[in-house]
Amino acid sequence: MSIATASRGARRGERRSPRRGWRSASTWIGAAIVAIAAFCAVFAPLLMPHDPFAQDLGKRLLVPFWMEGSDPEHLLGTDQLGRDYLSRLIYGCRISMLIGVTVSVVSGVIGITLGVLGGFFGGRVDDAVLFAITTRLSIPVVLVALAVVGLLGSSMTLLVATLGLLLWDRFAVVARSTTMQVRNLDFVAAAWCAGCSRFRILLHEVLPNIASHLVVVATLEIALAILLEAALSFLGLGVPPPLPSWGLMIAEAKDYMFFSPWVIVIPGVALFVLVLGINLFGDGLRDSFGARSDP
Amino acid sequence: MLQFFVRRLIVALLVAATVMTLAFVLTRLSGDLAISIAGPNATQADVDAVRRAYGLDRPLLVQFFDWVGRALTGDLGQSYFFKTPVSALIAERMPVTLTLGLTGLVIALAVSLPLGILAAVRENTAIDRLVQVVALLGQAMPSFWLGLLLMIVFGLQLGWLPISGTGSWDNYVMPGVVLAFSAIPALTRLTRAGMIQSMASDYIRTARAKGLSRASILLKHALRNAAIPVVAITAVQLGFMLGGSIVIEQVFALHGVGFLAWESIGKNDFPVVQAVVLVLAVIYVALTMLADLMNAVLDPRLRAS
Amino acid sequence: MTALLEIEQLQVSFGSTAAVRGASLSVARGETHCLVGESGCGKSVTALSVMNLLAPNARRSAKRLAFEGQDLLGLSDSGMANLRGNAMAMIFQEPMTSLNPAYTVGSQMTEVLRRHKRASQRAATDRAADLLARVGITAPGLRLGQFPHQLSGGLRQRVMIAMALMCEPRLLIADEPTTALDVTVQAQILRLLSRLQRDLGLGMLLITHDLGIVARVAHRVSVMYAGEVVESAPTAELFANPRHPYTQGLLRCVPVPGRIKRDEPLGSIPGTVPRIAPGFAGCAFRERCAFADESCSSAIPRHRPSAAHDFLCRLPA
Ligand SMILES: Nc1ncnc2c1ncn2[C@@H]1O[C@H](COP(=O)(O)OP(=O)(O)OP(=O)(O)O)[C@@H](O)[C@H]1O
Ligand code: SF4
Ligand SMILES: [Mg+2]
Repeated sequence: MSIATASRGARRGERRSPRRGWRSASTWIGAAIVAIAAFCAVFAPLLMPHDPFAQDLGKRLLVPFWMEGSDPEHLLGTDQLGRDYLSRLIYGCRISMLIGVTVSVVSGVIGITLGVLGGFFGGRVDDAVLFAITTRLSIPVVLVALAVVGLLGSSMTLLVATLGLLLWDRFAVVARSTTMQVRNLDFVAAAWCAGCSRFRILLHEVLPNIASHLVVVATLEIALAILLEAALSFLGLGVPPPLPSWGLMIAEAKDYMFFSPWVIVIPGVALFVLVLGINLFGDGLRDSFGARSDP
Repeated sequence: MLQFFVRRLIVALLVAATVMTLAFVLTRLSGDLAISIAGPNATQADVDAVRRAYGLDRPLLVQFFDWVGRALTGDLGQSYFFKTPVSALIAERMPVTLTLGLTGLVIALAVSLPLGILAAVRENTAIDRLVQVVALLGQAMPSFWLGLLLMIVFGLQLGWLPISGTGSWDNYVMPGVVLAFSAIPALTRLTRAGMIQSMASDYIRTARAKGLSRASILLKHALRNAAIPVVAITAVQLGFMLGGSIVIEQVFALHGVGFLAWESIGKNDFPVVQAVVLVLAVIYVALTMLADLMNAVLDPRLRAS
Repeated sequence: MTALLEIEQLQVSFGSTAAVRGASLSVARGETHCLVGESGCGKSVTALSVMNLLAPNARRSAKRLAFEGQDLLGLSDSGMANLRGNAMAMIFQEPMTSLNPAYTVGSQMTEVLRRHKRASQRAATDRAADLLARVGITAPGLRLGQFPHQLSGGLRQRVMIAMALMCEPRLLIADEPTTALDVTVQAQILRLLSRLQRDLGLGMLLITHDLGIVARVAHRVSVMYAGEVVESAPTAELFANPRHPYTQGLLRCVPVPGRIKRDEPLGSIPGTVPRIAPGFAGCAFRERCAFADESCSSAIPRHRPSAAHDFLCRLPA
């Protein structure tokens, strides 16, 4: 009785925006920042002009190159103990990147395992995973991390383990929801029918299909771990001195900031730019994967 | 509906119980607490005395159930350092932290809601991109560093605001702004996404077809529906802010609960530490339940089912 | 006397796709004008153009677009908003999603009257209850306090109709108001619409896929194809003497109005509506037309076999 309703045309609200240009520019900026940071981290020993730990009390608080009276030997000046700021900054980059990456590996393993199990098996398993996520979210991260480091003494390994154990929630949430979607797809059903084992299906069908979403989460988590490490080090309960973590550099320079603001501006800007770069890069990845990183 | 809340309550209680266990385990991680309490110069006799005095000579399980039993009656133990009940200490410091958290929340909402709505209405324009850039910058900003910068600029150079202390309202402006920064990106993005989604919905077309004013379309019809996820995230963010205020309290020397916890960690005052962890977790859980309730108020479909 | 609604040479495009290409039609006072055509041929876009409710990426132009002689093209946003929901109202295809889930039926109905007529809440509520009763809703007082999700699709569409009538509009645009509903409910809503149209003397632009509906309620029919009105005529004339091959294809199984067999597939013309690229010339139907030849690729004349009947085809009148 009705005229063939063959193809419903494009509906309102479905228009996609032409913002590729701006998006790809910001992605490239992010990628460049990440690449530079990775380069500094890997080749830190070769790039540092001075020993980052060598104190020279005769050359305390030298100003950076853009200010009157700077020392060409020390491009970014020196800190309150006369240590070369540029060298400490480069070494700090190495520490930030190292912590960011290792923490997100640890938290990734925990979160992805939980999320995939919950999403794949559903039912009781999923209830347990959801409960774990809810519990984890209710725990104040900074406080607990501070307490652990405070009680056990600061070390890099402990810091990574603690943050790794605390930051897996987003991995779990995304792995869980994406696994649920993938589980219901045809080829997974086909694998079921073909009698593949659950483990095989998880490893060969599910994981590769949710990997892109997880990579995006990983970038966010690296950025978050770097910020948290800096905050903990700033509070004196992160990376042990004299290692030049950027957070620790800010903490140590704090007493001089009113007279020499650049001592906190330099490491702060470095931290800010690195985290911004990682986030830009992650956002770009998300767009190009068409992935969601929010639950 | 009622059933839903009963189930949420049960989960909340289970979460609280789990956090209690974790907090207890956490403080026992360092091995022999008696040694660390007694201090580096203590003799074996001192340590033994401490152990007996604090009941640390009892089996762990006994200590645990003793703590849980007391906590249920509101007794969170004695502080080793301050020698006063922990609950009194927390109650004394909580107003500072809550004031800080609420200030941060109000600032965050006052910034994010208009920004998110503006970006949604001007979707894909320069304004929209600017808002997204602001969100990205906020997300990358280390809060403690921002706090220090504000202190240099507004505290020292301009002299507009006090650098530390808790005496009056203007002590909370800078810390509140810094705390708000951490919540603004998420709130702005969610408001924007929610507004874009509801502006594209059929009921907004109906509202326009009815000739309603732009303000009524945006604020009455679109925002009401966009607000539903924002409310949930707001509660969660307030929880995160209270938990994260430890850093900012330290930067601005605000003697709130976070500051208390930080001091106590330094002094191995573990009853305080485990109590603060527990209290913050319980507040968070309560906030998420409050968010569910508010969602039910905002979304009549939830109320019915 | 001028027509209630006049559309002349309406053009609407989204980026490089032309959705409406020079469509013309008019609705007289108290007339039911049906707009038919396959999915995607531009019916909704035409209707939304009148209300100025097109998506922001749409570009609209026309030789004339007037309501009660008043030009709509140059009208400001606020001038347009004053007409919408007031002198001209629209109901949509999707009753399930067209009401705001967060507000009660009563609040959504009364706000129109309060906006346009500055009515008191009391008066608005009374009118809303009256209209709900009028569209066949029992216990209107109860319904006013309910939320959309508590109502069935048919009820929601009745609410939409009642809401459209709040300010006594002269023109009602109904875009496939029954498509999303059960068959039995469809018939009820349609009967309701045509009764209201008669009782209130509404001018109605009714968009539909359903030729059975057209045969029963329309005074006049315009057939759209690929953004153009290819044929327009009084209902009886169109059914008796369709001139455009596309109309003929649509009507193949409907010999006389009133003698329509239910559940018989109609208009099974092979092929689909083409997407029209810019610079397209000639008849858009030629790919599917049995009578097509080379001359169909050049400018096509509009014929007028009688004063009230016109069609767009190279075939002679
Ligand atoms: N917001 C939009 N953006 C891009 N193209 C659009 C938009 N709205 C409509 N169109 C295009 O305009 C053309 C006409 O659409 P329209 O909705 O008017 O069709 P219709 O005749 O109402 O069909 P239906 O019977 O399915 O409702 C379609 O080809 C569609 O792709
Ligand atoms: S113009 Fe040609 S192609 Fe178009 S309908 Fe007429 S005969 Fe068919
Ligand atoms: Mg349509």
